[in-house]
Amino acid sequence: MATHTTVNLEQVAAEYRKAGERLRRRVVICAGTGCVASGALKVHEAFARAAAEGCLEVQLELRPHDDAGNGQAGPIDVGLSKSGCQGFCQMGPLVTVEPDGLLYVKVRPADVEEIVRETLMGNGVVERLLYVEPGKAHRCRGTGDIPFYTRQSRLVLAGCGALDPESIGQYIAAGGYFAARKAYTELSAQAVCEEVLHSGLRGRGGGGFPTGRKWELTRVQGGPKKYVICNGDEGDPGAFMDRSVMEGNPHSVIEGMMIAARAIGADEGYAYIRMEYPLAVRRFRKAVADAEALGLLGEDVFGTGQRFRLHVMEGAGAFVCGEETALMASIEGRRGMPMPKPPFPAQQGLWGKPTVINNVETLATVPLILAMGSAEYRAIGTASSPGTKTFALTGHVANTGLIEVPFGTTLREIVYNIGGGVTDATGEVTGEGFKAVQIGGPSGGCLTAEHLDLPLDFDSLRSVGAMVGSGGLVVMNQQTCMVQIAKFFMQFTQNESCGKCVLCREGTKQMLALLDDVAEGRADLGTLELLEKLAYAVQKGSLCGLGKTAPSPVLSTLRHFRAEIEAHVVQKRCPTGQCKALVSPEILADKCKGCTLCARKCPVGAISGTVKQAHTIDVDKCVKCGVCAAACKFDAIVGVG
Amino acid sequence: MTTAVTDTPMRRFEKVCEILDRFGRDAARLIPILQAVQEEYRYLPEEVLNFIATSLDLPPARVYGVATFYAHFTLEPKGKYVVRMCDGTACHVKASIPILDAIRQRLGLEGERKTTPDMLFTVETVSCLGACGLAPVMTINEDVHGQMTPASAVRVVEEILSKEQQ
Repeated sequence: MATHTTVNLEQVAAEYRKAGERLRRRVVICAGTGCVASGALKVHEAFARAAAEGCLEVQLELRPHDDAGNGQAGPIDVGLSKSGCQGFCQMGPLVTVEPDGLLYVKVRPADVEEIVRETLMGNGVVERLLYVEPGKAHRCRGTGDIPFYTRQSRLVLAGCGALDPESIGQYIAAGGYFAARKAYTELSAQAVCEEVLHSGLRGRGGGGFPTGRKWELTRVQGGPKKYVICNGDEGDPGAFMDRSVMEGNPHSVIEGMMIAARAIGADEGYAYIRMEYPLAVRRFRKAVADAEALGLLGEDVFGTGQRFRLHVMEGAGAFVCGEETALMASIEGRRGMPMPKPPFPAQQGLWGKPTVINNVETLATVPLILAMGSAEYRAIGTASSPGTKTFALTGHVANTGLIEVPFGTTLREIVYNIGGGVTDATGEVTGEGFKAVQIGGPSGGCLTAEHLDLPLDFDSLRSVGAMVGSGGLVVMNQQTCMVQIAKFFMQFTQNESCGKCVLCREGTKQMLALLDDVAEGRADLGTLELLEKLAYAVQKGSLCGLGKTAPSPVLSTLRHFRAEIEAHVVQKRCPTGQCKALVSPEILADKCKGCTLCARKCPVGAISGTVKQAHTIDVDKCVKCGVCAAACKFDAIVGVG
Repeated sequence: MTTAVTDTPMRRFEKVCEILDRFGRDAARLIPILQAVQEEYRYLPEEVLNFIATSLDLPPARVYGVATFYAHFTLEPKGKYVVRMCDGTACHVKASIPILDAIRQRLGLEGERKTTPDMLFTVETVSCLGACGLAPVMTINEDVHGQMTPASAVRVVEEILSKEQQ
């Protein structure tokens, strides 16, 4: 269906702003995957119900045309809406009340009646639902005084959380699609490429290649047919930035794709989204349909006579499809196996035509650059890596969630000030306990305490053997065994290797076997040497990024945690007690009271002893399950669990 | 609506034809076609793969190759409830494997077995569900359950079991 009328952005924006002004209050409920899992939709329902019972007039979505026919132009008490991921996933479901600036955390449906009574009707605050920083007594009113938010610079994520991702009108009212219009109606294709090049924007998918240069290389290719692809196949375990952007602000990605299409002269685009993200797929599809309905996408973009059609394709579960040539093979309906480069996608991409393929976050950044100007954007971040980066902060950290900081921010700032510190096994924040941060997922490496003050950007990370990657930051405490972490990533890449290159297919398997030897006490120092040699061989002998970077976590672990690994190899001891084969449980005779509890709990009868006498463990029978240590009330059993 | 796997072959192909027509019998759209077929049958039966290959004028090897390449596709029938335990980095460091073990034990799944004999549950791991803020996470069909423990995960499974027994 082609709409040939050109949408008047100013008019749409004005209508939505006017509709917004009629609202006395706005209640925004975070409906990202995290909060939905914590019950956000039930909270939403409860609000609609409770407000109706309290005789408040509620509008469930901004509808600018309501007052046209029925004459109800008066104020409305509450606008209730859902937003995309606000980032503070651990505290969900999150409920924001504006203009009061309140943020209620961990809201249950049962709390809603009180919020309606106290805040919406009584103009008060429900103190018990406010956020309290771990270890402090102060209750934070809203995002304005929660360090998790105040220490971030949310540019790309600004719309996620503020906007209703299913309302194109809200996006336009917030200035959306104006940058795309500028690109199509005021700038030449070359000027768009130059503006993005000047901004210094580098690809956020991991490689860090300058986006403007990629576009320029594609723009100068001849031929009438070109493609733009959005790579939403975010497969790194521990990363969910792109999911949040696609769920929380899909229009920003579509606008970025339109600008890319304008820059290179493409008339067709694909958004390839990971199938594990059903909500992102649904919201993106709706956003595309809404943009088509307004004529933003279609045969005649902004009345310029240029065509841009956008298709959404759901992936089918293959990590390697995050690699650009594999992703294109997948769109073409084939096995997602990478191809040698050159030819680069800019020369011969999808169906052999020149193609630009960008990451979700990169594309979502582009409209911001056009709106604020490349000079202003360049001033953010560091000289070699301008701008901001979103990170998924997870693992043993008090505030897990989605964050955005300028490049050049230190790890200490992220882990301690934004993240609220490192937690122990019970989830409590401890003063010490920081061991490492794993960055860049299965392609990345570890950062240790010595890197806490390193300003993070593309180049500084590469210099210490890690990489920004897509932006997963997994914090690990002292109880984490680095051999197990290296094994975990090796297992992952070994599973996900597409099998095309021998060194990647067989080499990762052998590396995993060697790591198993380390974890199970069969290794010697020669094993480590072999592991390292093989790691370099896999790097050299693999075609695509998956294989080239698969050994990185192992090499990084060998580099930063050599002593811990050597303890496994030389002393056959796992310092953290996580490698089951290496632990040897022991009962401390001076602590054992002879209560017999452990002997009764042991599933294999490995513990013996008489009442009120110290017990002993038969190590030959013991299966190291740790049941005894967990059961012992006197902490007399050590070395297991 | 999910079609029962015991339907006659003729009935099966009728559904497949509908799907093929919906995608314009375009070989380039093989992946969306297989996704739609799997949504219908919960798996990709071999004769259906052959039928698709013939219909799209592709060698069966090509269709089979695609079907076995992607993790989402399965050539074995799956249970009514697919439990997917996330074993991404964040979930892994927060002890996802003991949760998986607890669920498997509760459902009596041993060794390589992933699906219960009554075809009620399939239990598998997934690399990352992207809900790391709520680690450890599992999904059962479309529902996401966050901040799981072995006990709470078993409770969720037991709720389904008791619902099914009614």
